[in-house]
Order: sequence, then C-alpha cells, then structure tokens
Amino acid sequence: MKKFGYSPIEPRTIDYSQFDGRLLEYLLREEPSFSTCLYCGGCTATCTAANLVEFNIRKLNILIRRGEIENLAKEIDKCMLCGKCSMVCPRGINTRHVILLIKKGIVTLHKKPEIVRL
Amino acid sequence: MKAETFALPFIIGTLFLFVVCMVRFMYWLVGLSKLDKLRILRNLFTSKSLKSATEAFMEGLIHRKVFKQNAMLGYMHMSLAFGWFLLIVIGHLEAFSYHRAGHFPFHKAVFFRYYNTLGQPYFFEKGFTFIMDLLLLFVLSGVALAYYKRINKSLFGMKKTTRLQWRDYIALTALWFIFPLRLISEGITAGLNHNGGFITQTFGDILNLFLPLQQLEEPAWFAYSLSLGLFFVTLPASRYFHIPTEIFFIYLRNCGIKLKKHENTYARVQTFSCSRCGICLDSCQMNQAGIKNTQSVYVLKNIRNRTLTDQVLFNCLLCGRCEQACPVGIDLNDLRIVKRIEKTQQYNSTYDSLHSEGSSKADVIYFAGCMSHLTPSIIQSMRKIFEVSNTNFWFMDEQKAACCGRPLMQAGQRDAALKLIELNRKQIIESGAHTLVVSCPICYKVFKDDYQLPLIKILHHSEFILDLVQKQKIQIADLPYRLIYHDSCELGRGSKIYEPPRELLKRLGKLVPVPKEREKALCCGGSLSNLRISTEQRNTIRNHVIDEFAHMKPDYVVTACPLCKKTFAGANRLAVADIAELTVEAMKQAKKQSIGKKKALVM
Repeated sequence: MKKFGYSPIEPRTIDYSQFDGRLLEYLLREEPSFSTCLYCGGCTATCTAANLVEFNIRKLNILIRRGEIENLAKEIDKCMLCGKCSMVCPRGINTRHVILLIKKGIVTLHKKPEIVRL
Repeated sequence: MKAETFALPFIIGTLFLFVVCMVRFMYWLVGLSKLDKLRILRNLFTSKSLKSATEAFMEGLIHRKVFKQNAMLGYMHMSLAFGWFLLIVIGHLEAFSYHRAGHFPFHKAVFFRYYNTLGQPYFFEKGFTFIMDLLLLFVLSGVALAYYKRINKSLFGMKKTTRLQWRDYIALTALWFIFPLRLISEGITAGLNHNGGFITQTFGDILNLFLPLQQLEEPAWFAYSLSLGLFFVTLPASRYFHIPTEIFFIYLRNCGIKLKKHENTYARVQTFSCSRCGICLDSCQMNQAGIKNTQSVYVLKNIRNRTLTDQVLFNCLLCGRCEQACPVGIDLNDLRIVKRIEKTQQYNSTYDSLHSEGSSKADVIYFAGCMSHLTPSIIQSMRKIFEVSNTNFWFMDEQKAACCGRPLMQAGQRDAALKLIELNRKQIIESGAHTLVVSCPICYKVFKDDYQLPLIKILHHSEFILDLVQKQKIQIADLPYRLIYHDSCELGRGSKIYEPPRELLKRLGKLVPVPKEREKALCCGGSLSNLRISTEQRNTIRNHVIDEFAHMKPDYVVTACPLCKKTFAGANRLAVADIAELTVEAMKQAKKQSIGKKKALVM
C-alpha cells in the first residue's frame, strides 16, 4: 500500500491510566491562575507567532491535560513571549509565565532537552 | 614597657582581612577576560586612575550620592567612613611625629594613646591631640545617629531598611562598639597619664573620680582591640565587605569594563559592592503590591549566598528605579538579566519553522510592535502622520512579522531572542530604508541595543513626529489641554529619551510637570519584564501611579508607550492618549483653523 502513497495511521489512543500529570501539577502549583482558563481563544486570536506559523496557544492547555509532552515541546518552541495573550486574557492569566514554566518543566521534569534544543 | 598582648585580636583581625581581600581580589582579577585585563593594565597610570581615586574619595568616604538622597543619612555615612579614615591617617601622622621614623609597628599607631604615656614631647603634640579628639567626636556622632536610625528611620528619609543576616548583625554590633570603647579606653589612659584631649581628658578625669582606672586600663584596651578584631574577621562574610570591594569596583568601572551577558567575576565584584543600605527598597514599586523579598538588595544578597530562586529573580518589573537610586552605581537591571539568562539557558526556542516574509523597498520603515496592535488608535494616527507628511514608508509588521525579541531578552531567553533579531534584521537591511520608526519603546530599546544597524537611524515615533513638526512637514495647532507626560521605563531610563516627547508636547498643549518624572518616573505596572506578578498586583501598582497623576488634574495623561497606555486605560479613571494621537488631533485643529482663515479671506 505504501507504494500508492498510503501509510499506516499512527495510533492516537491516549491511555489516561498512564497519564503523567507532573507537568500539569507543576504548572498549577507555580501559576495557579492557569486553572481559570475558559478556553475562549482570545490568546490564540491575538497571537503574533500564530500570525506567522501554525501555532495555537489555547491548544497547549489541551496537550498538557492529555499528557502529549512531545507534541507540546514542538509547539512551545514557536512562542515569542511577546505578551499580547496576557494582555487580552479575560481571566488575567499570566500566560508568559505559563509558557516559561512549560519550557522549564519539559526540560527539568521530563528530562527531554533533546526536544527543546538550545 | 607596657604589656602588648591586648593588641593581638586587632593584629589577627587585620591580617585575616588583608589576606581575604588579597585572595578575593586576585581571584576576581584572574577571572576577567583578556581584554578587560588589558584595559586595567593600560589605564594604570592614566587620568582614569586619578578619576577613580577621586570617585572613591567622593563616594566611598564622603558619600556624595547618599547626601543627595538625604542629608542626615549622608552625614551618618560620612562621619563613620570619612571620620574613621581621618582617624587612621592623622593617627599615623601623630605616631610618625612621635617616633620620628617611618617604621614602627602598625598597632602602635592605632593604639597610640596607650603607648604614649612617657610624657615625651613631640612635634605638634597639642594640635594632634585636639584633632584626634575632634575626629573621635565626629565619628561618635555618626555612631549615635546609627543607633538612632534603628529606632526612627524616617529621620533619614527611609521608609524601609534591609532585613539583615545574622553575620551582618555580628559585624554591625562589633562596629557599634568600636568607637565608644575607644573613647572609654583613651579616657582611662588620659585619666591616669594626662595625655588626653578636650574630650578624652575630661571623660578620663570624671572616670577617675569613682573608678579604679589602674585595673581597668588593660581590659578596656583589650575590649577595644577585640571589637576591632571581631569587626575585621566578620567583615568578609558580612555586608561590610562592600567597603574594600567598592573601591575595586570603581576602578574597574572607570577602566571601561562592562558586564557581560554571562556571569563573570566583574558581576561578582558588583554583587559584593552592595552595602545593603536599603535605598533601593523605598524606590521599588513592588512594595505597593505587597511583594517584599524581590528587591535588588535581596537579589544581590541571594546571588552572593547562592540561594537565588526563580520566584525572587523573575518577580521584578526591571523598571530601573532602583538602579537610578543606587548610591554605589551597581548595574542592577543587567545583573538580574545576566542571572535570568543563566537560569533559562536550558530551554531557549529554536524557531526552526520561521522564515523571512520578505521586505518592501522604502525610505522609512514603520515597526508598530506587538503592543501597538492592541492599541490600534496609535497605528491609525501614525498612518495619518506618514500620509500627511508624504513619507514613503513600509509598515513592516502590518500583517506578518516576528516579535522584536525584547520580551524574550527581558525573560533572559537571549539565544531565542537573537534568532528573531537575525530574522528581522535581514528584512530591515533588505528594505534599503534609512530610518526605522518604532511606536513601542520595548522594541525601540532592543533595536538600539542589540540589532546592530549602524547605517539606519532608529527613531521612536515621538522623535520622528518632533522632527516633522520642526521641519514643518506637518502643521499643528495648540490644543486647549492640560497634559502630563508619563515616561515609560524602556524609553526613559532604558534609552534615555526624555526631552523629545516633552518638546513635542510643549507645542501641543500645556505640559505640566509631575513630581516624579524623568529618571525618577514611576512604572505603569504593566512591564513585560515581570513574569511572576499577578494581574491584581499589577493593578495595585497602576492605581498608585494613577493616584499620583490624579492630583495634577490633567485633561490627558500622555504616554509614548502602547503598553503604558493600555495599562492606564484599564483603570478607567483618567483620559489617556498616545503622543501620536494628540498630534493627529492638533493636525486636524490646524486644518480647521486654516480652512476657517481661508473662508474669512473669501468672505
């Protein structure tokens, strides 16, 4: 089948019994305002990085809650920390701090420096 | 011959201090870069050394900058430092005159009165005795003020003083005992041998009335020597190590050595130069938000003790008010950024998916900045100004452009920021423009500091508009408004642009000065540099600033920074306008007036 341009679909099952909540716990502990997110998408709408490349900051929250650390690491690389999202957030979430914590958490908790390269 | 064992604590303390100073200074010198070492060597016998000596005298002894802060505080520091310095120098001159030789043991000068009991006359004896007593009185007045400062700091213009460590308290206690003990021991010896001056002799005579001075003399001098020794031994571990370090720091600074983007020994020198005087505490607006452990003095303390946490490091607006107030002249903002770079080094972004969007040819590039996109009225006004002045411009971040990189720099993500800078820089150069106009002071600072665009003139829009007005490319009319101007941190203290916006505002309306402006201007509270502060805390800081402004009863608070504008506008209390918006209003007014005039002519 591969000859005809088909490839087997990667399994996308998420096993919540295997859920690794270290990053989520870390984020909620260090920046409690993160828990008040209501997924309005204001951050995504105003995002400077999303204007340039495929990037969705609201989606990060979902990735974290699903434990998709590898995808999260690929995504977080695109944020430019400009701060527009925190200016428009109706809940006043300190989004820049959340981003920095995610970056730090991936490296320190999940020991994946090869994902977030220097 | 009198016993000399009492001098032992002093001698040991002095030797210990000398060795520690030498070891540390050598270590710091060796740690400097080759270029910096060369700078030191080259400036060794030039006017820079003289300048350093003058500065060390004015700041280290006289405490000129502390005087500027508060006269009482300045006097307290001066009497202790300069008074003690003179005591040592003149004490040595006196001993020199007595021994008639250049070589005598060091402690024989320090404890001169104890040894000088033979009644042997020497040159200028009465004068020396008088001067030494006068100096002792001078220093004791400072010590008395230091005692009093613990009870009532408001007399010294301070609302807060630094919370000290136990090591500081030991050194402080030793220091507080030194001069009263000196008075007592010199008094006792004077009571016995009649070799005192107007204070020590009187004091000794009184003591002689009811105390067995003969038995007390030795213990008193021992106590004096012990307090000196204890002070010198605890000095390297306490805040008082700033005394030798500051002189070293002044010299290095005058040689042209600057902080690097990573921690080197010059950063260590700066850290150790902090006297924990606490002047930075009162200048910090974080106090208003109830944040009391992240001020510069505590950060430096934590760096020195290697106990710095992210909580302390990132909870700072980097407004630079403390740096402005610091009497030692430590680069507080840069030191903090160096630490932020170090702490976030592990997790910078690569921005591999980013690619250049290409550029358009134009004379002038307009970069509004991310924040201006949240205050579209600024962009509209700038468009109007470009249009009326017939400027051939390219709006670089109209649709697609990366962030300028400054917010990343502020967070310490320097490697990531450099990627964005490289991307934008290429676009700017390709456009062939000669001028870059920026609406956001945050962007302005990074364009000026890190972009390396020597052939392109970088202007904040207030400078650009002022230039247009001066060249009469746009016509403005006087507006009937009472205006106050808010200096943004990045444009004011960050880039030293104070006058152009004021010059422009004077032409636009009636500009009223505010009490805290220019270098002392307040931060709006919105600063991107603080990654930890909550929205509520930001609002508290903002409301304090608005309160200060409200006293002035302005028609408009004029900002030159979209972030300041957005922050102030959130309070909904005072009308806020960007300098560009006001210009456009004045342009409309001018147009109306000229049409009116034309109509009048026709009629």
